[in-house]
Amino acid sequence: MSEVHDHVHEEESWALTRYEAQDSLLVEKGLISSDSVDGLVEAYEQDIGPMNGTKVVARAWTDPDYKQRLLEHGTETISELGFLGREGSDIVVLENTPTVHNMVVCTLCSCYPWPVLGLPPSWYKSEACRSRAVIEPRAVLQDFGLELEDGVEIGVWDSTTDVRYMVLPERPEGSEGMTLEQLEELATRDSMIGVAKAGQG
Amino acid sequence: MATEPNEQISNMPNETALPRSNGELVFEAPWEGRAFGIAVAMNRDAKYEWREFVDELAGEIAAAEKVGAGSTYYERWVASLERLAIKKGLVTPEEMESRAQEYASGARNEEGHTH
Repeated sequence: MSEVHDHVHEEESWALTRYEAQDSLLVEKGLISSDSVDGLVEAYEQDIGPMNGTKVVARAWTDPDYKQRLLEHGTETISELGFLGREGSDIVVLENTPTVHNMVVCTLCSCYPWPVLGLPPSWYKSEACRSRAVIEPRAVLQDFGLELEDGVEIGVWDSTTDVRYMVLPERPEGSEGMTLEQLEELATRDSMIGVAKAGQG
Repeated sequence: MATEPNEQISNMPNETALPRSNGELVFEAPWEGRAFGIAVAMNRDAKYEWREFVDELAGEIAAAEKVGAGSTYYERWVASLERLAIKKGLVTPEEMESRAQEYASGARNEEGHTH
């Protein structure tokens, strides 16, 4: 047992020493600057990740058969594009329409499908925000700058370990004739959680 | 200065994928974050293509798995960066070795001062 431990310890100190040597040599040679390295690490720590869901949304907007399959069999249809990781499994896709607006809340951070939606915004993880969304969704959406007309029905969906949700936002007016890439830009992270419309926020 | 994360880096393939917990990058120790940043900075400054680093890392991981090494992701990362930097002629094996010796022996400390 202690042999294993020593071995692990040796490897870590080997790597630490190599890292220290690389860091000091590369800075000394002017190949990196210490500040830019720290800045990059910070940028990636805040990176919201792949947001593969944008591709799903853009395709659903342009391909009615795909959209129908997506709404009927979310998990299988999303995985066709090749990016349902372990943490992105079992996804139900909810369609937003002029009369129904869905938003997703989550009571457990670990059930958020980040490979598809990108990382959740920090407010999304706050307990206060989540419980308020269930009680007064319209007010919460207003806080995010989304004003819905009075007649619009709001669906609030709570992700669980078994089922996670993704919102298929409405295709924005004026997006006819856009390429898939342009449409992907409109499918923001917030629109796929249902706290914004596509093309906003 | 805002830095847009590069999707090739955020989304590395298969076993080279960055360790994440619930989507967020995980660094077990501060040096791991720094080691990550160094490789990313060198790529941004066009010292090598990101693909070259991924290939190096994939090779390192495959070799380590083959012999059942218990090394961690960022230990392999550090080894990969060193090999790539040498291949690219950015550092020589000799200067890396002697610098590493200085740290290992305590002749040089974390802040880079020699004693």
